[in-house]
Amino acid sequence: MNVTATPALPLGDDALILSHRLGEWAGHAPVLEEEVALANIALDLLGQARVLLSLAGDEDELAYLREERQFRNLQLVEQPNGDFAHTIARQLYFSTYQELLFEHLAAGESELAPLAGKAVKEVAYHRDHAEQWTIRLGDGTDESHTRMQRALDTLWGFTGEMFEPVDGLEAVPWATLHDAWTTRVAAILGQATLTVPEGPQRGAWTAGAGRQGIHTEPFGRLLAEMQHLHRSHPGATW
Amino acid sequence: MTTPRPTEGTATAGETTARPTDWPLWEVFVRSRRGLSHTHAGSLHAPDAEMALRNARDLYTRRSEGVSIWVMPSTQVTASSPDEKDSFFEPAGDKPYRHPTFYEIPDGVHHL
Repeated sequence: MNVTATPALPLGDDALILSHRLGEWAGHAPVLEEEVALANIALDLLGQARVLLSLAGDEDELAYLREERQFRNLQLVEQPNGDFAHTIARQLYFSTYQELLFEHLAAGESELAPLAGKAVKEVAYHRDHAEQWTIRLGDGTDESHTRMQRALDTLWGFTGEMFEPVDGLEAVPWATLHDAWTTRVAAILGQATLTVPEGPQRGAWTAGAGRQGIHTEPFGRLLAEMQHLHRSHPGATW
Repeated sequence: MTTPRPTEGTATAGETTARPTDWPLWEVFVRSRRGLSHTHAGSLHAPDAEMALRNARDLYTRRSEGVSIWVMPSTQVTASSPDEKDSFFEPAGDKPYRHPTFYEIPDGVHHL
């Protein structure tokens, strides 16, 4: 497989894997309208993944024929959906990061600038959607508040990795993005009567090495499901 | 997920199968990018106006840029009754002087 060393690969992997996770909600969302919203976001991300992976090589080969250790996505996006609050917390953390990063890339002159400029509009909606739900769940019933806080706390350990420099994107001011991210997330959580999780943003052991190809245990099962058909019928066209 | 929640309002007789979420119904009006007026596009369920707007975007506009969306609670609509159709709309039919059809429309007048 011919893979070009480009920052499009890790960013494309983020979009691909999160898109797959959101696709798992199809037919299971709390209400019909939310079903459509999650599917919309999944489709936006899949579109981003296709463009990004095409910059790195053949999109189908990259999606379906790589091993777990060759994927460069953040560990955050591969985390299981859990309950609805879990999915929203993951989406809030990631969309806020992705919007900040794409805004920066869109203003630059790299090969990623045109894509980022288009995607940032989609991502702004994803972020808004996650914020709306964070506020509603956090400021909803006792049960929804508890679940939302638990989801935020559980996923907090995977947020530090987002601001590790990506190969090929050394010029991005990661520390500045991190500050902006923290401010934004804290403001929303405050509005939602939730508290910013305490503790390190990276776990003590493996958490936060997705960019190096080290992934969490649920990721293998995700790949097995995603790649099954392609691997069973290599070379087939559809 | 099964925590009982307070329900707003009371169900009318016969309405025993309320939606589990108790989300009210909203009517959606959309004006397309080059459209002149908002047109009723359909309805949806949402917990409040903000979410209704976002759901309407997903369901009825596919996010075409430059469109305008109005949402309103269905309970705010007062409709004319089918039973009163005749008394509402019929009387004008046989009185030609009620119809401004005797005028020549000048050139250059649009949307009349």
